[in-house]
Amino acid sequence: MTEAGVSAADVSVLSLDQLHKAFGALKVTDDVTLEVRSGEIHALIGPNGAGKSTLIAQICGEMRSDAGRVSFKGRDVTDLSAFKRARLGLGRSFQTTQLCFEFSVLEHVILSLDCMEGGSFNLVANPRNDAALREEAMHWIGKVGLTGRESRQVANLAHGERRQLELAVSLARKPHVLVLDEPMAGMGAEESARMVDLLGELKGEYPMLLVEHDMDAVFTLADRISVLVYGRVIFTGTVDEVRRNPEVRSAYLGDEAC
Amino acid sequence: MILFIEQLLNGLQYGAFLFLLASGLTLVFGIMGVINLTHGTFYMIGAYCGALTVALTGSFFMGLLAAMAGAGLYGLLVESAVVRWLYNRDHLYQVLATLGLILFTNEAVTLIVGRAPIFMNIPDFLSGSVTLFPGLAYPLMRLALIVVGLAVALFLWLLVNHTRFGMLVRAGADDRQMVDALGVNMRWLYMSVFGLGAVLCGLAGVMAAPLLAVEIAMGERILITTFVVIVIGGVGSIRGALVGAMLVGMVDSLGRAYVPQILTALLPYSVADTLAAGLVSASIYVLMAFVLLVRPYGLFPARS
Amino acid sequence: MSRFNRFTLTGLVMLALLIIAPVVIAQTDWSGGLPLLTRIVIYALAVVSLDLIIGYGALVSFGHAMFFSLGGYVVAVLLHHTNMGDTIFGWEGTNSALLLWPLALLACALLGLVVGYLALKTRGVQFIMITLAFAQMVYFVLVSLQYYGGDDGLMMDMRNTMPSIQLDDPWAFYYLALTLLVVWVLFCRLIVNSRFGLVFQALRQSERRAVNLGVNPLPFRLTAFVISAVGTGLAGILWANYAEFVTPDMATWAKSGEFLAIVTLGGLGTLLGPIAGAAVFIGLEQILTIWTEHWMIVMGPMLVLIALFGQQGMLGRYLKGGRHD
Repeated sequence: MTEAGVSAADVSVLSLDQLHKAFGALKVTDDVTLEVRSGEIHALIGPNGAGKSTLIAQICGEMRSDAGRVSFKGRDVTDLSAFKRARLGLGRSFQTTQLCFEFSVLEHVILSLDCMEGGSFNLVANPRNDAALREEAMHWIGKVGLTGRESRQVANLAHGERRQLELAVSLARKPHVLVLDEPMAGMGAEESARMVDLLGELKGEYPMLLVEHDMDAVFTLADRISVLVYGRVIFTGTVDEVRRNPEVRSAYLGDEAC
Repeated sequence: MILFIEQLLNGLQYGAFLFLLASGLTLVFGIMGVINLTHGTFYMIGAYCGALTVALTGSFFMGLLAAMAGAGLYGLLVESAVVRWLYNRDHLYQVLATLGLILFTNEAVTLIVGRAPIFMNIPDFLSGSVTLFPGLAYPLMRLALIVVGLAVALFLWLLVNHTRFGMLVRAGADDRQMVDALGVNMRWLYMSVFGLGAVLCGLAGVMAAPLLAVEIAMGERILITTFVVIVIGGVGSIRGALVGAMLVGMVDSLGRAYVPQILTALLPYSVADTLAAGLVSASIYVLMAFVLLVRPYGLFPARS
Repeated sequence: MSRFNRFTLTGLVMLALLIIAPVVIAQTDWSGGLPLLTRIVIYALAVVSLDLIIGYGALVSFGHAMFFSLGGYVVAVLLHHTNMGDTIFGWEGTNSALLLWPLALLACALLGLVVGYLALKTRGVQFIMITLAFAQMVYFVLVSLQYYGGDDGLMMDMRNTMPSIQLDDPWAFYYLALTLLVVWVLFCRLIVNSRFGLVFQALRQSERRAVNLGVNPLPFRLTAFVISAVGTGLAGILWANYAEFVTPDMATWAKSGEFLAIVTLGGLGTLLGPIAGAAVFIGLEQILTIWTEHWMIVMGPMLVLIALFGQQGMLGRYLKGGRHD
């Protein structure tokens, strides 16, 4: 299945070209080149401290790169700020949940829909009363399996539900790529399994860059995997290639993945 | 030319004085993340303690000790009674609580000492002036302030960069949890830093007392200027406090000397007079605005 | 009961009290009642505006007295020139509130735009210090304006005029101020629930999330800051007309601090809480000043207590509760 997926659609949606970032003498991102093709789930794995979070910050525009380019949908976005990249259709979830805790689930998804063009300066209209917006928001709430929870305050959601909401908030914007920073972090086995199913359903619809520690999830979902160690991509290949590669095994996977 | 050099020295003196206040305030913020409005109050307490002790004993050194001890003790009292409960709270509550303490302290001092300003004589060994070069005699007391300011800067530099205490201070500014995890007693560290800041305020108070009237509102006026200094320098950075203090000192002193002259040369007197007065009092804030335009987090941002 | 109903209910109760109170007081021989109520309503206008940015945007402005003073000064200064028979850039001036007040509000909006733009480049402590510093600058500039009385301030010979409303009549003035307060609270409520308000509140709760939804924070925060400045400026205009006198004291840091204290006392992010806060604070101030001239010795520790224990303020728990399961 993986081989077919790659050959069917190899148009690059998001590509990193020789990206660099250093804090003082410490090279956190060292000459990273990587691409996410349309329709694929591209997993990024690597031990703690490999520089995954920094790389995501560079991709999403929260952190400036020292050198190299980031292209998105064929456009050079290296110098665009985070909100402009988001408006172009770069969707993301965060390693530690970033949500507005005082909103209800429905309000939060409505916010997301209402910010497609960067938010409105309309001081009068209440978006909560917009039937079309509500309906569309409910669609995405249903898509991630939160139906029935729409009037619950975000602060009162369980951890796994917050993760689902993060996904709904991103999906509602119809992103052209999804950057998911450890979507399974902190989840129990059952919640994780549900999230894997959900991401599996979305596969093909949205290209994804998936950063994840859960190897079972990665091997289940990913088309291709890049291995990041000390800021360098030491290997990119299909699941099987990664499993077989001795360098990857010694550097990262150890025995557990065999 | 002589006038210009004299103004530069005045700027240096004002800068040194501001540094005494700004260094403590910026340390307290950098390490504890607390905005502390009572900093100006410690300065006032120091000035009162110093002036009253000098009046009582006639000894400037006793006054110096009393000022630093008084301000330091009041600082510790404020820290342990109020500020320590607010470390993890929103800045709004820190502002409110320390604002309340200012109002309380001002009124208490009024009740104890009265509303009339107190004047303190310049001690004999610092009175008079030195001829720096022909045509320029500069008051010794002001020179002493410059020396004290620079000495404190050197002391803080040594303390922060070459002692265990300084290492903890630097580490604490970067990562509070980490220092906590090392098993360092944060209570002790916080109290020391807060106390040190207060002692420096006391020092500033007693050094400034002979040059100004010692009165109730002296603390707030200088507090806001101190804020300008650390916003310019970068909140949390001692080096920034030094540079910011010098910049503000110079701009204020040169502005007072030259802005009216320049404007009267350019504009009709009545307009120039009003405009100059406004411009002079706004000068350091305009400086701050320019710095903010270019470097929003100050010249030496402490955290990236 | 839903939050909407609690807001409406509380608002109506407050409105009823504020409408009836002067009538009741008029039955007694207490002459200070109506002036006190007028001061409360004017302060309420200022602190509701401040609550808009603190409670909903976490923008802790420690300099809102600058807008309060600017609103008052613009009105007083223009009136002064008009009465002197001067021309202002060739314009012979006016005493009409319908012209002067919008001009003063425009001035506040411009000041808010400049100060907000500079201060909003930072967050947290810097934001607090910068707003405070600019307010102090306004204070010093007002003090330096010798032509307009400098330290002593500027007397207004009369109140502004308005068609069919006698501003000189204390009753008419009070009910006008109250009407403006009601309109302003409803306007703020509209903003908070609007599409703009949703984004503005999202920025407070999680700026990172909002930015990654495509929001550019500055224009949203700046817009709210300017609106807040205008509301506080309106309070300043009313104050100048109430006191028929403006002084640089309107711009002191202590005034800004008072506004902060009232908002916190009443309950952040509730719009109505600060009105109750204003009533309690101004009322208490009145009682304490009668009792002793050293009333700060009581007020100071009270502020400390509000900061230490008054987490939700007087009405925060009630107005923010009862929503969501």
